[in-house]
Amino acid sequence: MDTKFADNRAWLLVLPATLLVFFTAMIPFMAVVNYSFQIVFSMQNHALIGWETFHEALTNEEFSGALGRQVLFTGIVLLIEIPLGIAVALTMPRTGKMVGPVLVVIALPLLVPWNVVGLIWQIFARGDIGLFGAFVNNVLHINYNYAVGEYSAWFTVVLMSVWHWTSLVALLAYAGLCSIPGAFYQAARIDGASRWATFRFIELPKLRGVLTIAILLRFVYSFKTYAESLTVTGGGPGTSTTFMTQMLTNTAIGQFAYGKAAAYGLLYFLIILLISYIFYIVLTRVGTNEGGA
Amino acid sequence: MALINFENVGHSYSGKQDDYALQPMNFRWKDGGAYALLGPSGCGKSTLLNICSGLLKPSEGSVSFDGKDVTDMSPEKRNIAQVFQFPVLYDSMTVFDNLAFPLRNRGASKSHIAQRVAEVAHMLELEDVLKRRASGLGAELKQKISMGRGLVRDDVSAILFDEPLTVIDPQLKWKLRRQLKEIHKEFGHTLIYVTHDQVEALTFAEQVVVMSEGEIVQVGTPQALFERPEHTFVGYFIGSPGMNFLPCEIDGQDAVVDGQRIPLRAEQASAARDCNANSLKLGIRPEFVELAGNQQGLDLQVSRISEMGQFRLVTALLGQHEVKVKIDNDHGPLEGPNINLHFPPEWICLYSNERLIQTPNEATHGH
Amino acid sequence: MALALKNISKEVGGETHIAPLDLELEDGSLNLLLGLTLSGKTSLMRLMAGLDQPTTGRVLVDGKDVTGMAVRKRDVAMVYQQFINYPSMTVYENIASPLRIAKADSKEIDRRVRTEAERLKIDGFLDRLPAELSGGQQQRCAMARALVRDAELVLLDEPLVNLDYKLRETLREELPKALEGRRSIVVYATTDPWEALSFGGKTAVLEEGRLLQFESAASGYAAPATVHVSSVFSDPPMNIIAGNVSGSRMQLGEHLTAKRPDTLSRLSDGDYLFGLRPEHLAPASPDSDRNRIAAKVDVTEISGSDTYVHFEIDGKPWVAVENGVHHYDLGEEIELDFDTRRLFAFDTQGLLLHSPERDVPSHDNQVERNGAN
Repeated sequence: MDTKFADNRAWLLVLPATLLVFFTAMIPFMAVVNYSFQIVFSMQNHALIGWETFHEALTNEEFSGALGRQVLFTGIVLLIEIPLGIAVALTMPRTGKMVGPVLVVIALPLLVPWNVVGLIWQIFARGDIGLFGAFVNNVLHINYNYAVGEYSAWFTVVLMSVWHWTSLVALLAYAGLCSIPGAFYQAARIDGASRWATFRFIELPKLRGVLTIAILLRFVYSFKTYAESLTVTGGGPGTSTTFMTQMLTNTAIGQFAYGKAAAYGLLYFLIILLISYIFYIVLTRVGTNEGGA
Repeated sequence: MALINFENVGHSYSGKQDDYALQPMNFRWKDGGAYALLGPSGCGKSTLLNICSGLLKPSEGSVSFDGKDVTDMSPEKRNIAQVFQFPVLYDSMTVFDNLAFPLRNRGASKSHIAQRVAEVAHMLELEDVLKRRASGLGAELKQKISMGRGLVRDDVSAILFDEPLTVIDPQLKWKLRRQLKEIHKEFGHTLIYVTHDQVEALTFAEQVVVMSEGEIVQVGTPQALFERPEHTFVGYFIGSPGMNFLPCEIDGQDAVVDGQRIPLRAEQASAARDCNANSLKLGIRPEFVELAGNQQGLDLQVSRISEMGQFRLVTALLGQHEVKVKIDNDHGPLEGPNINLHFPPEWICLYSNERLIQTPNEATHGH
Repeated sequence: MALALKNISKEVGGETHIAPLDLELEDGSLNLLLGLTLSGKTSLMRLMAGLDQPTTGRVLVDGKDVTGMAVRKRDVAMVYQQFINYPSMTVYENIASPLRIAKADSKEIDRRVRTEAERLKIDGFLDRLPAELSGGQQQRCAMARALVRDAELVLLDEPLVNLDYKLRETLREELPKALEGRRSIVVYATTDPWEALSFGGKTAVLEEGRLLQFESAASGYAAPATVHVSSVFSDPPMNIIAGNVSGSRMQLGEHLTAKRPDTLSRLSDGDYLFGLRPEHLAPASPDSDRNRIAAKVDVTEISGSDTYVHFEIDGKPWVAVENGVHHYDLGEEIELDFDTRRLFAFDTQGLLLHSPERDVPSHDNQVERNGAN
């Protein structure tokens, strides 16, 4: 709208928010950009070194290894959580007395703080005394110890993420399913559609919007995972479950390499931004006419 | 196609006897008939439709198709097609696939599918959009595709329409109505069309089933509903404005309304006397009231005149009671605060307890 | 108060929503905006209310320029197609809300709420919540709220369109009474010509953002300035056919010739567009000397009291209205007749030259030529 207003003082109301964003977001961010071009020995002693840290980031194993593990972790987690979340949502009741209790139970894992989730699983999955760990070792007779075995560690962090976050996908998908008018199901019955066809041609297309949001959220969250896996495995064994955030923390606080950490952080941020953007573009086009039918 | 029979079908959502959404009824839907179910919201017409399609199992009675009891049968087994108020499409499919979907689900051969889809697309003028994705189309086309999915199966027992033109632009409605009528003429399906709009019902149907408060109050041709409403509700609900109703008494050959005498047909007056009528009402449509000469007929006091283009809608008081009259503009201006009117006896209906008092003559010709 | 729009126009993103127009609404008058959907009724109302600022032109209240003045400072009330009420307030509180904002004295509030509720026949429901009312009652409540504080300008944007036809019928009858005798300027937008006629105010006919005619509803109906006005002013629209007059004969369409009626004697020989109301086409009676048309019934629509018979003449859609309910088969061949003295005549641009129902003034004092189509 090209509406012109006689009185533009209303803009003043936006000022506090603008200032707040400026001080809380822009200044720290610009500081990070500044540091990323320097080598920082201490706050008094730093020197400008240009693109060197970026170059290092792109060539050394520390960065690329963490990034590779991060992509793998996020990929696995998305592949499990999205279909599982939809499946859970499909089995949830949409009317009746059970709706409330079921929603509460499903939402419970989301209420647990990150590091508490980590603690729960750290104990639950311990090979010696944890209910789950002991069960796997002693009943199923599979050698399982997340502190030693790489596969065990991965299995644990993935399982923990699925336990913690599938609820989010399920709740979003559930909300999407609830908004499908009854007429669509009736029409499908009358058209003689099978349960699978009903899902494929009615439910899935109608869930596109919420699933886009679910995938985006889960991508961003899992790409930034920190407290959960750190609490359980501490990034080990070795660096096998050291993901991006932990690697950054190690660099900045463990090695006191602020300049390098700043450069890593910037790259990390840009990668998230880029992938989110690609996801968004792809997901909003799929299933529409522009997507190319 | 099938003859659909309702035997003592009634439904109560709560399961209680005194809480019927649909009063128990017997009804026979003729094979190949075009029916409209007309009534205000909450009159039970959608309940009736859902019982027909099998989406709802009646709490009482049985439904049969061609003599076969289908009361417990699901919609897909009944071979019913239904078109809903809002277009129901498979968004991710092309128009062709949408139309083909019911056939594919039943394992029809490729050539049969291609042939049926082509026929239906031709009938509904959808040929140009067959390859398009269904989601991007306008409401009118979408609703036509929904109809097409019903028509594509040649084995359907009946096609049910649940207020299908709600989302269609007023200017386009009559085109779709025409197509529906053509389809009926061509394919001869049994069609049942639910609506709260009189224009839609009267335009579409051969037989209109008027419902009120869970009950069928009249089944008849549009003309019969207009000229001889069998229930005061039908008189009120059909026609704009509806029928005038005046509480009256019978005295000899006349009806008496607030001391003014209105002559009746002889057989009508005697039928009214015979049936021990209580809460007797005289009904006459605004279209059928005529202007009488000065000092003749009934004397009414004009309370309002609305210009309606070719006619004036005059509201006048006969004693305490309002009467609406349509007067053609060719009659020239109305003079004075009073108006003289004549109620032609052949267009007067008498109602006892809201139901038409049939004269012997009518009763034999009745349903 | 008197409201004047001077050379007002509105463009949005290069699209013209309102073409430059002038409109003057008198103190305490009832005015109608009549046009099809998207003809600019709502855009014009938003300009009047000050919700939108015009691209060009000025809005004057009692001669004072109020263009650009905030809506809040103007004294405007509006009713929409949707039934908009405060869901958590009773009907009483809903109607009282504008008076409370204006800090009226509580006795005064009570008096005015009750008077207004009575006028709109919802005095029996004052303690209920809007959700407990029928659609018709909800809209009455919204109207009462808009009318109660006697705003200088009351705008009603198709308030009856979402009601079913029986409710629409009653409200169409009652509303003119409820709107009578107020100090407010009332502007009522509708697509329904019968609403305009039964309300009886001055009616502005709009087409694609242009003002075609602004006269009393009755004269707009009887002497529509253009072919387009005639089509929005009757439902179903007037039948239009190209033809010509020459000497004592006239030609209508490709196949029909007739004697030129005395009513058309003023027309010079040449080409015209003729209009015939659907109500003036009747099934032919065998002994009439009127002009006959053979028609093949396309479809019949039944409006409840009338039968609309659709057919084609020279490939153009025509319609005849017959009183009562009658049955025709699809494709049935029928004969209709009409009286040539009932014909309207327009020039080939669509401007009215002759109306059988009213004398047509010369063109100088009619709407300017850009109104024609």
